[in-house]
Amino acid sequence: MTAARPSRLSIETPEGVVFSFELATPVTRALAWSVDTAAIVLGNMLVGQIAKLVAKMNTDVANAVSVAGFFAISIVYAIVLEWRWRGQTIGKRLLGLRVMDVHGLRLELPQIALRNLLRVIDMLPFFYLVGGLTCVFSRNAQRLGDMAANTIVARERTTEMPDIEQIAPAKYNSLLAQPHLAARLRSVVTPESAALAVRAVTLREGYDPLARIVLFRELAEHFRSLVQFPDEAVENLTDEQYVRSVLRVIYGARR
Amino acid sequence: MIVDMARFAAAERPYWDELRALLEGMDTDPERRLTLAEIQRLHYLYERSSAGLARLDTFSTDPALRGTLESLVARAYTEIHETREPRKIRWKAILLGFPRAFRRHLGAFRLSVGITVLGCAFGWLAIRMDPHSKAVLMPFQGLLNSPAERVHQEETVSKDRLSGSKATFSAELMTHNIQVTVVTLAMGMTFGVGTLILLFYNGVILGAVAADYIAAGFGTFLTGWLLPHGSVEIPAILLGGQGGFILAGALIGWGGSTTRPERLRAIAPDLFAIVGGAAAMLVWAGMVEAFISQYHKPVIPYGLKIAFGACELTALSLYLGWAGRE
Repeated sequence: MTAARPSRLSIETPEGVVFSFELATPVTRALAWSVDTAAIVLGNMLVGQIAKLVAKMNTDVANAVSVAGFFAISIVYAIVLEWRWRGQTIGKRLLGLRVMDVHGLRLELPQIALRNLLRVIDMLPFFYLVGGLTCVFSRNAQRLGDMAANTIVARERTTEMPDIEQIAPAKYNSLLAQPHLAARLRSVVTPESAALAVRAVTLREGYDPLARIVLFRELAEHFRSLVQFPDEAVENLTDEQYVRSVLRVIYGARR
Repeated sequence: MIVDMARFAAAERPYWDELRALLEGMDTDPERRLTLAEIQRLHYLYERSSAGLARLDTFSTDPALRGTLESLVARAYTEIHETREPRKIRWKAILLGFPRAFRRHLGAFRLSVGITVLGCAFGWLAIRMDPHSKAVLMPFQGLLNSPAERVHQEETVSKDRLSGSKATFSAELMTHNIQVTVVTLAMGMTFGVGTLILLFYNGVILGAVAADYIAAGFGTFLTGWLLPHGSVEIPAILLGGQGGFILAGALIGWGGSTTRPERLRAIAPDLFAIVGGAAAMLVWAGMVEAFISQYHKPVIPYGLKIAFGACELTALSLYLGWAGRE
């Protein structure tokens, strides 16, 4: 199995510790922006209602409120929200994304304003073509506005622990009988492949039987390729049992 | 070496939870200033968590635990290593920050003026040499009539044609001009080529209109019509051009030893100040254009309009040239 590792931005602290941000893909960003567009449309409808009320007193002022209000909402929406919510808009919150400084520093208002004002060029010639292509080809998945403002859009880390007792109950685990190999396995398994295995085990009852066999075979092959356990530790284990034992090794030590 | 991961996690978890609570408190109330004791504690917790992350990095680890700790250290890093003051809205700083930013990049403004003047010269010469080019050079229907016809119409009009729509017209002008300014700035990302084209094109239109009216002997009408709003609107668009060239300069970075991200980081506050200032100027210009510029003799004498425009231009020059000088 080949798990495509998402693009990441790593930062090394002066203490020598390295942490990384998972960069948002153009597709996720587009989805977040479509939610934001819907929010802007709602905001504009609200302005329209206010304008209707004002129109009862003065039609000219009501039209001016509409024109200026629509414009202000479309420009100010993302700037204000990203500033007040530390890099998030409604769409980004829903999709678990956050705008961050490329050096991991605090996001500043000029950066937020710049990245949003430069949308006008990222949107050219239609449907964010310039921004989308730049995002696909740039090293840190940045559109032009992000490059100018030194920002990235990262996926927020969700750190919920799986219920290991449900997916891999504490029984005798032949892999744990090999503590050095178990430790090695824990050190080389990527969070993404572990999460994939957890998801596969959690949803296993819903799969087509044949698909289930194929899926667990691929997962088991992937984990076997990382660490070779001796034959006596893995004999009589089906692929699915092997994957569940691996999960117990990865998550079981922590209670 | 971490011999027992479970024991390590159990021993460290209270510190991680304390750090998380401290960071969430800062997220909820960004304006709050930490006490010295809180800062010291934050630093201690950050160092401790970083050390824990380093140990997880070196030895066998549970990916979820690593992810949790990595996320915590990343958030704490942002707070610990940020040396810039949190930006607060202070009107005095905003009012003085704009002219200061403008003066820091006078070269880019001069370039912006130079390109526009070149465009004006081109438009002027084009109209003087080939009057038929008017249809191509002037994109607005209202400008295609002969100046004499237009001036006659404006000076003999019996009723206010903007009656009941002045506020709307004003809002339309503001939004359109702000869009033009933002696009002119944003085009700096094309290494200044887009900014240059837009400024030149604006200059061509301006030069063509000026040539058309002055050649027909209506220079006073033209000045009275354009100066009240143009004395603010045109500099605002030139400021957009200045922003575009600042951006382009940071992208190109001739002769400097700093990296492109460093250069872009350095100019961001100035670009923000300039585009914000230009937008405020265009709100004013939109009101003046709708409520004053469209009224001509005998409603408002040209001398008064020109004097008003000259006063605005002088005030703007004084503000941009001298406000906040140290």
